[in-house]
Amino acid sequence: MEITTTQFKHCDLVKAKGRVDSYTAPQLAEAFNNLTENGRYKIAFDMSELDFLSSAGLRVLINTQKTCKRYNRGELVLVSIPENIYAALDLAGFIPLFKIYDDVLSAVGSF
Amino acid sequence: MEVSNARESPVSETRSFPGVYKSLASIAEFVREFAQNAGFGSFAVYSIEMAVDEACSNIIEHAYGGEGRGAICCTCSFDEKSIAIVLQDQGKSFDPSAIPPPNLSQNLDERKAHGLGMYFIRQWMDEVNFKSNGSENILTMVKHK
Repeated sequence: MEITTTQFKHCDLVKAKGRVDSYTAPQLAEAFNNLTENGRYKIAFDMSELDFLSSAGLRVLINTQKTCKRYNRGELVLVSIPENIYAALDLAGFIPLFKIYDDVLSAVGSF
Repeated sequence: MEVSNARESPVSETRSFPGVYKSLASIAEFVREFAQNAGFGSFAVYSIEMAVDEACSNIIEHAYGGEGRGAICCTCSFDEKSIAIVLQDQGKSFDPSAIPPPNLSQNLDERKAHGLGMYFIRQWMDEVNFKSNGSENILTMVKHK
């Protein structure tokens, strides 16, 4: 898995490529934690090049969302979710817990 | 009789992997290729891959109680109508059916981050069977076409 983080004026964009499973989920958690520990709670997660997201990845998303939304200080939004991964998020009941955008521009612009 | 692509792949294949999280990608690749060769569609292959990933993560975390304590033996087989994946480990008996299903209607603050893996396995595989004979755990998951 490969992770890149881009800082924008009003939010940060995190992009992960490849597989998020129990082996790589800690890396994704670290990328989000690096932001939230620095007081940056408005995060867009670009999932367009994600091949696989296990429940370990879902845990990272929900924990990050909890941290970001605390005190109304921000939120994690999801961008360009591949079809298979969307089905998993849907089955887990995660869809109502996140704002979802089709492209990076509208996600970044939403903050 | 018509010869399909599916018939060219082996009917059964077994591989053993070290019980570490790094193995998950190789296990996924092994199962994914087998399911594709068996003629399953893209979403079915993804759901099988996810069920196997969740099951193997559970074996490492719960049956072995950590990484590097034993192997995961994975056998894939198919019979035209369905694929069966059998996972064997020598960890402590861990019955996945003992895990309560997650409450999916809870709001964000109440949502627990654990317990989802088994839920995916149950939802996406057609048959799930767990056996333990004291020295070995055997999890069989079947998905029909």
